[in-house]
Amino acid sequence: MLNNIYNIFFIPEIFLACSSFVCLLFGLFLKKNAFRQTSNLAVFVLLLTILLVYYDSESNFANYKSLFSHSSFINFFKILALLGSIASIIISKDYFLGIKLKNFEIPVLFLFSTLGMMLMIASNNLMSMYLAIELQSLSLYVAAAIKRDSISSAESGVKYFILGALSSGILLYGFSLIYGFTGSMNFDDISFYLSKYDNLNLGLIFGLVFVMVGLAFKVSAVPFHMWTPDVYEGAPNSITGFFAIVPKIAAVALIYRFCLVPFENFYLEWSQIILFLSIASMFLGAIAAIAQSNIKRLLAYSSIGHIGYILIALVAANDDGIKAASIYMFSYMIMNVAIFAILLSLKVKNEYLINISDLKGLSKSNPIVSLSISIIMLSMAGIPPFIGFFGKFYVFIAAIEQELYVLSVLGVLASVISAFYYLRIIKIMYFDESISEGIINFKISFQSKIILSLSLFLIICFIFYPSLLINISANLTI
Amino acid sequence: MIDWPLVSVIIFLPLIGALIILFIKEDELTSINIKWAALLTTLGTFILSLILWLQFDYSNPSYQYEEKFRWFDDFNFFYHVGVDGISLFMILLSTFLTPLCILASWNNIKKRVKEYMLSFLFLETVMIGMFASIDILLFYIFFEAVLIPMYLIIGIWGGNRRIYASFKFFLYTLLGSVLMLIAIIVMYRNTSSMSIEFLQGNYFSYNTQLFLWLAFFASFAVKIPMWPFHTWLPDAHVEAPTAGSVILAGVLLKMGGYGFIRFSLGMLPEATEFFIPLIMTLSIVAIVYTSLVALAQTDIKKLIAYSSVAHMGIVTIGIFLVNQQGLEGAMMQMISHGLVSAALFLCVGVIYDRMHTREIEFYGGLVQRMPLYATVFMIFMLGSVGLPGTSGFVGEFLVIIGAFKFSSYVVIGAAFGIILSAVYMLYLYKRIIFGTITNNKLADILDINTREKIILIPLAISVILLGIFPNLFLDPMRLSLELIITNYEIANAK
Repeated sequence: MLNNIYNIFFIPEIFLACSSFVCLLFGLFLKKNAFRQTSNLAVFVLLLTILLVYYDSESNFANYKSLFSHSSFINFFKILALLGSIASIIISKDYFLGIKLKNFEIPVLFLFSTLGMMLMIASNNLMSMYLAIELQSLSLYVAAAIKRDSISSAESGVKYFILGALSSGILLYGFSLIYGFTGSMNFDDISFYLSKYDNLNLGLIFGLVFVMVGLAFKVSAVPFHMWTPDVYEGAPNSITGFFAIVPKIAAVALIYRFCLVPFENFYLEWSQIILFLSIASMFLGAIAAIAQSNIKRLLAYSSIGHIGYILIALVAANDDGIKAASIYMFSYMIMNVAIFAILLSLKVKNEYLINISDLKGLSKSNPIVSLSISIIMLSMAGIPPFIGFFGKFYVFIAAIEQELYVLSVLGVLASVISAFYYLRIIKIMYFDESISEGIINFKISFQSKIILSLSLFLIICFIFYPSLLINISANLTI
Repeated sequence: MIDWPLVSVIIFLPLIGALIILFIKEDELTSINIKWAALLTTLGTFILSLILWLQFDYSNPSYQYEEKFRWFDDFNFFYHVGVDGISLFMILLSTFLTPLCILASWNNIKKRVKEYMLSFLFLETVMIGMFASIDILLFYIFFEAVLIPMYLIIGIWGGNRRIYASFKFFLYTLLGSVLMLIAIIVMYRNTSSMSIEFLQGNYFSYNTQLFLWLAFFASFAVKIPMWPFHTWLPDAHVEAPTAGSVILAGVLLKMGGYGFIRFSLGMLPEATEFFIPLIMTLSIVAIVYTSLVALAQTDIKKLIAYSSVAHMGIVTIGIFLVNQQGLEGAMMQMISHGLVSAALFLCVGVIYDRMHTREIEFYGGLVQRMPLYATVFMIFMLGSVGLPGTSGFVGEFLVIIGAFKFSSYVVIGAAFGIILSAVYMLYLYKRIIFGTITNNKLADILDINTREKIILIPLAISVILLGIFPNLFLDPMRLSLELIITNYEIANAK
């Protein structure tokens, strides 16, 4: 209840927004170690935000003029995004210092982008949804281009910006059509209006398709994925890590909410689009990754493939689907945090690792690191007993519950194809004889080591006590 | 009975051993400690699994030593393990062969001993776990986890084309098993249960059965392997290190046969009835075709690999006869093949360690220099051919008796394959062992040493034991097999 004006600062989004400004000023006035201090403060702020999200479950503001909504699903994804953001700030700190990119703005940009994501996940209105998307995207455009003296970073930033702006335009046009034909921007009102009709009229169908295209761009589903590999490749590794881990969480939550709230009753219309996106993403992600020699491009295609699986659960559109999506997204986040924590600490001849072939001989020089990478790769490929398998398993349970047999079979076939390139990394580390040894240097800070060990622990030990996550995700309502 | 969780201890003991080995630092001096730790762990597991056999209640057709507790809160997935007559010997086979594998790798694995032993111990855990699972998802998890250590064993310690072979092995078997995952989920959706016991009494509608059967067939036919899904096997066998081939032939191929008995026969009886002609045709083609291919091989390991496919053809015939003789024969043939082919690969390993080649042409006249070796090799060779008094005979004989009840064409096919198997094995033996030494490099080859005796003699004894006292093995499994046959016949209302 808002009977006390100070309570407003305990609303997670407002708290995060204010703290972001504080961080900005904090960094500005610091003379020394501005980057490091601001990062630490940002992590602290995000931790507090998690606590607020966790405890502030009955906030009235959240429904302020129905711009935002409130549910367990939203809270789960908010916490997931915040966790991902914390992890990526921590693991990237040493990398930034290593490449002498010490702008204190970076953690602040991450904070603003995370704020945008929280609003995205919670938005219940086309307008707030658009603004939230723009908030997170604008911060990310800047982040991608943050390495100002690097051509590739600038290129990736510009590419991301132009394509992102285009997709936002398409999205906005879709919103305008939906608004024009339903007379409302609010999800619940749209849903109520649409419940009076049996099928969508042409304008609404166009609106829906445009919005789907825009959202597909945000989750980087095929055929709107072109930007992903380029942006991943061009941006500094740690920014890539952030891209891979966090924005996907928010975008997935948004696409779920958009399909399942206002257009709940028009399953047939949107599910065809999602079905196509899903199959195309799984197969393109699996096949295109085979030919990659750059580890960041490979991970880009791998994330495209993972999005395909999450969309299977969306096509299923049942409670199991929501559960599957949250479990899959959790495992996706954990696996990406782990792999990026390693990549951001691996140096080959004093350069950060880019080419997969540079991993050659890692199993001799750093047996524990190569074992960890192998476990992450097997988990991403969905081989039991690691967490990635259970993500896929729940997705297929949801799909089969909805009798989507063909889609499930296509899904498992794509997972076999994708197993090839994950195995190839293991092959390079273990099977290939290294010519020279000792050129790979693994130096990891204490904090990232904790993050890495924690995520590896979750990947390996999820099987022993799955109920914790599963009970949470089973009770999520959209 | 035993009131402590014996099965779980057997499953996880190797894993505990692996954890201990993980913390032994590896260098020139300590690698011997790693080997000893691995050997003692696997021996301990073997001794525990013998208790399983000694305490086994022959009069109980269903699962014994059951352990069950809830694992996933949201659906009926249990950690549920136990042993019945069918899985008992599969577990014994795994625990018996693994220490022999460790011993066989004692001297010839020089690089990355630690990883090697870790892979083998992990492999043992998942193999035993797979045979002991009564929960179908648990079975699947173990079934797929087998791929990880085997991929590493072939890929790291294998021969020249090891990378090709390891990828082919992994992707081929993964392709089969992911379809099984879909089938498992469909089964769960229809029955809300993942218990193998429950599903064996629960019949699905006919059309569902057909699709489920095909999905299971995809994974088991690749695993066992049946013609034409066998092409990964020769590559994997040839490139794998000796111990890898031993486990591959000795245990991993049996996973396919075990799966057919448990899932296809036990859960999908009507579909099985429908697909029996298909299986019989594929099996006979496999027996005749791969025997002829084996005859033409120049590499000893490849020859034995093809002979494995032929022997597994007998197994699939036996399983899908679905009568007492056929199933018992198939089980015996699986156990026998597990011992004999493992032993044959070990025998190849013995001369490979000395000469570093597996070309048949290279050898000849080994009996002059290695009389003891020639003798044990002969026992295994005859076991493979199926000479009465060896283990191979019992299985083949029972399958052929069973096949007479089904169709005489099948008998002719199977018998033809058995004759061919005698041809290629005896021809192999003649070329390697008999004659005079023509190759100068063989002039000072040494006979088997103590370590190799320790490996080969228990195998030779068990091959003969199995041939002379088959009832020792048939009695425990008889009731469990009868249960499956009765269920099958009730379902098909014969």
